Amino acid sequence: MSGGFISRGFKGRRQQADVAGRLPPGQHLESGFPVLSAGPTPNTPLDQWDFVVTGSVKAPKRWNWNELLALPHETPTVDVHCVTKWSKLDTHWEGVSVDLLLREVEYDSTSVRYATAFSEGDYTTNLPLADLLGGKAWVVFGYDGQPLDPVHGGPARLLVPHLYFWKSAKWVRGLRLTEQDQPGFWESLGYHNYGDPWKEQRYSGD
Amino acid sequence: MQGRMGRENKLDGNASAGTLQAIFPFEMTEVMVTCAGCGASNVIGETAAYVSGMGTIVRCPSCDRALIRIARLEGRSYLDLRGSRVLRIHADG
Ligand SMILES: [Zn+2]
Repeated sequence: MSGGFISRGFKGRRQQADVAGRLPPGQHLESGFPVLSAGPTPNTPLDQWDFVVTGSVKAPKRWNWNELLALPHETPTVDVHCVTKWSKLDTHWEGVSVDLLLREVEYDSTSVRYATAFSEGDYTTNLPLADLLGGKAWVVFGYDGQPLDPVHGGPARLLVPHLYFWKSAKWVRGLRLTEQDQPGFWESLGYHNYGDPWKEQRYSGD
Repeated sequence: MQGRMGRENKLDGNASAGTLQAIFPFEMTEVMVTCAGCGASNVIGETAAYVSGMGTIVRCPSCDRALIRIARLEGRSYLDLRGSRVLRIHADG
């Protein structure tokens, strides 16, 4: 079965080349899923959980757990890049597109250009609203075909894979739309305000 | 890491000793900190510390407020003490 062997070898080399091209500068490949928390893992019962879009909006919009799950699901497969230098390729998620959520609120898109994602506890992270739109961001509640593990941000976390993973707020409970950019939990402690892994924007000043 | 609770990166406050020692010229784990949120006073060694590659977050064991946040990035240290109302430091340490 040498044909099969050769084709596997070829595939292996091609995969290695693919991997190299998918690792941003300074990152290494991680096969596990490291846990990085800045606070306690919450345990809010799902019947008390909600997700809200608030801030500079005409009227805040709230979804409870069942309402969120009833929205159309997407199953993005994406690479994620942690600022602590590990990257994980082809991660499988299930969730709701942020485009879909933001379509449900009215706001002035000429002046409201930033968002702060806020989580259970005191965690926040800020990003331009444009980075949450255009099919680039999700509120995810499934990982690898299972409900998202609380240590990885379950019941639901933000997923914004084109930015460093701290922007993908664990235990997310809502988005606050703002006219002024407001540095979040790590952004106010020396980390980069935007965090593009391909430009290696790890720290303030990078 | 020792003292790991569950699968979180939560440790007791003594885990913040090394990071704190790089900034403060005295033994910080023996310092008494009063929480700006709930007012509880605890020795830093007996608080909760979330230690990760991004930084060290020392939290109040009563209300989980971040008492001290430290990130050491490329030779610069960032220190946020907003959550600490008072630090009581023994001068004879
Ligand atoms: Zn407290």
